[in-house]
Amino acid sequence: MPPETQAPLLRVSALTKRFGGFTALDNVSVEIRPGERFGLIGPNGSGKTTLINCISGAFRTEPGTVTFRDEDITRLQPHMRTRRGIARSFQIPRPFKSMTVSENLMVALDFAAVTDEAASAPQRRDTMMSILTRMGLASKADVSATKLSQVELRKMELARAMATHPKLLISDEAMAGLSSSEVDEVLDLLMSLASQDITIIMIEHIMQAVMRFSDRVMCLDAGRIIAIGTPSEVMANQRVQEAYLGT
Amino acid sequence: MNRNGILFWVGAILFLVAALLMTQVIGNEYPFFACYVILQFIVLAVAWSILGGYAGYVNFGTSAFFGVGVYTAVFLFKAFGAPLAVQIAAAAAIGAFLGFALGLLTLRMQGIYFSIATIALTIIIETSVTNWRFVGGASGIQMQRPPVMSPFNSYVQMLFFVQALLVVVAVAMARYIQGSWVGRGLQALKDDELAAECTGVPTLRLKLLACVISGALMCAAGAPAAMYLQYADPSSAFNLNYSVSALAMSLIGGTAHWAGPVIGAILLGTTQQLLTVTISSEVNVLVLGVMLVLFVVGAPEGIIGLIRRVRRNRNDGEG
Repeated sequence: MPPETQAPLLRVSALTKRFGGFTALDNVSVEIRPGERFGLIGPNGSGKTTLINCISGAFRTEPGTVTFRDEDITRLQPHMRTRRGIARSFQIPRPFKSMTVSENLMVALDFAAVTDEAASAPQRRDTMMSILTRMGLASKADVSATKLSQVELRKMELARAMATHPKLLISDEAMAGLSSSEVDEVLDLLMSLASQDITIIMIEHIMQAVMRFSDRVMCLDAGRIIAIGTPSEVMANQRVQEAYLGT
Repeated sequence: MNRNGILFWVGAILFLVAALLMTQVIGNEYPFFACYVILQFIVLAVAWSILGGYAGYVNFGTSAFFGVGVYTAVFLFKAFGAPLAVQIAAAAAIGAFLGFALGLLTLRMQGIYFSIATIALTIIIETSVTNWRFVGGASGIQMQRPPVMSPFNSYVQMLFFVQALLVVVAVAMARYIQGSWVGRGLQALKDDELAAECTGVPTLRLKLLACVISGALMCAAGAPAAMYLQYADPSSAFNLNYSVSALAMSLIGGTAHWAGPVIGAILLGTTQQLLTVTISSEVNVLVLGVMLVLFVVGAPEGIIGLIRRVRRNRNDGEG
């Protein structure tokens, strides 16, 4: 079945989010298809992270609905959304600082990985190690989360998100502040996750990475969608260029 | 059960046997008077650390729960002549309910706001009890102890043993929580609440659970106090000292391990008892304050933290 005719994995309808008098998101509607690699761009303050917070449940929306796998999740708390398969990383990494890397992942395996309910402790340890190995963090399993470098922290956040068995992974600027070789490393990781049936929404400021990664790109500006389409279409869009160059 | 678990339960049984033997061997009542207080503070400190330590929600309401425990016992005794076991069980149930109610109302607040709300709770409940004639109101109430049950020779000895049982219950619960998924969830939400939610941790439900267990234990610890003193009045039952002591003992012992509050309560409780006897009961409040300041500055992770640091250094030295 071609992706266009499949039911959307995530549907955001007429989403509006206000903070006092400030409208951070204004009537945003978008559908994400299963297996899609979706890039989300926009200048600072355009509402990218707010949109992510509304999808993952950190913010309540009013009005507007979020539908995930044909289920209305607008009123669900974040942990319920995580259990249904929405995982995220944070723009500024938020590790559990009093824990080791493996313990960070165990939280996810304990609480979110409902499919593995019957899994025994050694099985879960195997699952954890295989995720860490894939993320290139196996050697850091017993290291405290406070001792990680920036790129390792980013990878650990992705690993922790992966441990929740997501169907949709939202990566919020996982490459910010990394060197170009590290950006490639993280990008390759995301690519390999996407090839395993995980739908990925990637927020990123590094254009090269977004262009290489995405099937589709959406550009937000001041809380509204100003362009959506293939990467090249969006880049060619007059309003996108204006938003970025400020002309 | 693993090796640690067996060791723990063997230790717990030995502790209870020793407590029981003490009541049979020692004739003088004073040691039981003194040890009762220390045991009571172990329960309070361990209970405090379930919410304050594992979840990081600093609760100043220990005295509210303790006082409610005292007055549950007073009410049941005066109204129905209920036996001690019923008083304690009822206090635990009411404590659990109070913990649930307090949690629902306040656990959405974080940091200092939660702490202030718990102080407000203490004042509200104390004021209500002060105006409740049936249990003696502001002037307090005298109580006559019922006859003691065998094998104990005196009521205080029995209370001492009952409090020892409560210590085992409290420590076993804290230990279980620490090692289970509940403890891991609480630790995660203590580190970062939003990240915990987004990793699938039901933060509000876990905090409520911690608050319920903590409240039940605190109330249960307070229930025998009415019979211990044969007297209860609001200003001593709801004394802020209980809140400060439970907090100080947990922090000084260290909240990262269940043994921390136990060590802290034994250390501070014993010091306080010695000072009360040798100098005055006022000085022990001062000592509490000074020790808290010293530990906050010198060993913020408490005694448990100090032990871990020494061990790590030794391991590093060998490696």
